[in-house]
Amino acid sequence: MLSRVAESIYWMSRYIERAENVARVVGVNNRLQLDLPDLTEEQWDPMVKVTGDEERFQTRYEAATRSNVIEFLTFDAANPNSIVSCLTRARENARSVREIISSEMWGEINRFYLFLREPDARQRALSDAHAFFEHVRRCSHLIEGTKNETMEHAEGWHFSRIGRFIERADQTTRILDVKYFLLLPSADDVGRPIDDLQWGALLRSASAFEAYRRTHGRVAARAVAGFLLLNREFPRSVHHCVNQAQISLHAVTGTPIRRFANTAERALGQLVAELDYTDIVDVIRSGLHDFLDAIQDKLNGVGNEITHTFFAQRWRGESLR
Amino acid sequence: MTFEDYDTESFYDEMFLPDGSARPEARRLVERIESLPDGELVRRHQAAERSLLHTGITFTVYGDEAGTERIFPFDIVPRIVSRETWDPIERGLKQRVEALNLFIDDVYHDRKIVRDGVVPADVIDSSEGYRAECIGIDPPRGVWCHITGTDLVRGSDGTIYVLEDNLRSPSGVSYVLENRAVMTATFPLFEGLGVRPVIDYPSRLLSMLEDVGPADVDRPRVAVLTPGVYNSAYFEHSFLARQMGVELVEGRDLVVADDRLQMRTTRGFERVDVLYRRIDDDFLDPTRFRADSLLGVPGLMDLYQRGRVTLVNAPGTGVADDKVVYAYVPQMIKYYLDQEPILPNVPTHLCWRDEDRRYVLDHLPELFVKPANASGGYGMLVGPAATPAELEAFRARIEATPRNYIAQPKVDLSRVPTRVERRFEGRHVDLRPYILYGRDVYVLPGGLTRVALKKGSLVVNSSQGGGSKDTWVLS
Repeated sequence: MLSRVAESIYWMSRYIERAENVARVVGVNNRLQLDLPDLTEEQWDPMVKVTGDEERFQTRYEAATRSNVIEFLTFDAANPNSIVSCLTRARENARSVREIISSEMWGEINRFYLFLREPDARQRALSDAHAFFEHVRRCSHLIEGTKNETMEHAEGWHFSRIGRFIERADQTTRILDVKYFLLLPSADDVGRPIDDLQWGALLRSASAFEAYRRTHGRVAARAVAGFLLLNREFPRSVHHCVNQAQISLHAVTGTPIRRFANTAERALGQLVAELDYTDIVDVIRSGLHDFLDAIQDKLNGVGNEITHTFFAQRWRGESLR
Repeated sequence: MTFEDYDTESFYDEMFLPDGSARPEARRLVERIESLPDGELVRRHQAAERSLLHTGITFTVYGDEAGTERIFPFDIVPRIVSRETWDPIERGLKQRVEALNLFIDDVYHDRKIVRDGVVPADVIDSSEGYRAECIGIDPPRGVWCHITGTDLVRGSDGTIYVLEDNLRSPSGVSYVLENRAVMTATFPLFEGLGVRPVIDYPSRLLSMLEDVGPADVDRPRVAVLTPGVYNSAYFEHSFLARQMGVELVEGRDLVVADDRLQMRTTRGFERVDVLYRRIDDDFLDPTRFRADSLLGVPGLMDLYQRGRVTLVNAPGTGVADDKVVYAYVPQMIKYYLDQEPILPNVPTHLCWRDEDRRYVLDHLPELFVKPANASGGYGMLVGPAATPAELEAFRARIEATPRNYIAQPKVDLSRVPTRVERRFEGRHVDLRPYILYGRDVYVLPGGLTRVALKKGSLVVNSSQGGGSKDTWVLS
């Protein structure tokens, strides 16, 4: 497969996953505000933190009001991580690899994009946020499902999965990072209804509420962190994501798992091995935030090695263009 | 919807006779359209347009700030071409393309046609598509113009003329295939009419490309070279690559290495033998042509000159894409093939000839003036519709650079009924058939019917408010 094509598929998938995660965070926050009207506006401030774009937000908006945050995270073209920006880039990437992804998949991406560009989209995101962000999530799932059902499960499909899962792992660490410290100001709050609601919301933002209940029953901070980080079966947990990315990476190269033939396999393999043998008790004791930071760095490193190994090879003496 | 109040006015209508009755080849289609329940045609038309938008069959309009993509407007009423009409078109196009190919080969070799006084050397050397770098090159099978799109128009007396030859990178064939796909899906009126299929075009294109590979390569590997996603015809590049099952590459994917053209893949570098390039000669190789080109591949032209890779169409083919050269094609047919031209040219005045220029300047408001080297309907003067200021501007341009302009009388293009809201009105059309030249010459039955959707307009280009129709050649 052409390097450029593999790279486009990889980024297309990352951007769609990123858009879905923004919708998840906004959607759940909106829901929370309905359940807990007392929280009102300050509830929206941390949302911007999740995306790591605080500075950009502050230069462009006065206050973190609901409508400002929704505008910034959803429609603001000047925010490279807004849903619209993500979809624009995903679609540009998809457009350049139309001959590789299936026509049906292109159709879903295009429909997703056109939905966001409808003239009344802004107004609907504010007046009926629940339905709007739910729809965004569904669009992303439709693309994913259509991809699995219509695209040959060959190299391009595997690059798409690598992109999806690496992005998702990264997003899950971000959601966990911000929410965890927001929700755990003091030990006294544990057990109060508000706590349950908030932790429930965190789980719901990852579609993890029901799966968590089945596994752990009562909602407890440490167990929630453990579930989202280390559960092997839950599709949005970090451990599951890196495992899946590894399966696809090795399907591309044919190298047996647990061995490596390039730096991408090595970097990802080290991360998988680390999570294989991590216990959440140790993580919390030594500091969740630092741990999440380190995971994000390593995911970044994996991304760089993938670029280096597959997308940017040079012929001897060939200069960059 | 019915054709009851349809008026052919004074134009040649492709579907109806002047007395208002349907032409024999269109009768069954007319009956079927009229038998549809009320509103059905409109519903199906809308379904077809939605389908085109959702599959992203769009083009980009240059000069439009937002870079918006639009669907190429599509009319639901097909154009019918009888077998009797089509047969001479097909023969005429084969004849024309063979002559043009011999001409191009001659231009870059002995120039017999100049020596024998048929075409002036000046005309060749001043053609914008002439490339001295191509002198002496012998492309595989002697083929230069592998893919040609020839624009045909029908005048009010029913004569079919060649309006221009597009030999560089003619586009539009993807619309032919997609229009047919959409028509089949939304408007199944075909049954029993004997419409000749177009669906095998991509496999014929691929065979042709494989037939012209470098002499020393057994099973040549084909790729399509695109300028990229922002090009107005990108959809088509991608579509054709997908349909042929070959890689769609950009310049940055390619590198000349080990004396071959190679593409960068996730598993290292792989060879390319035949490049169906959809970028102009000027951009092919920054070391030989435009140095600022990022679209091409350094070293490509040298590789091509040594027969290590085939470029389609061959560089230098554009010499025959010039509208002054066009005027000489009937003479070329006689000169190279010793035959009478089957398809006539539209009478053409060449402004560089003093006598022609005087005539053109005296009759400007009646004429269509075109730049010799542009396409897409850009930079054209429509005399009958021009303001005095526009006429004056063109007069000055013609006087300054007469070689760059030709003029033709207004041809009242034939019309086809077209849906306008809830009724049919006649709209002017042209026809661009596609011709492939490899082992032999093949003409795709039909081609792209472009329709001027604006009432009364004679300009069918998509950039100027044109749309398209499915074209049904009957067997």
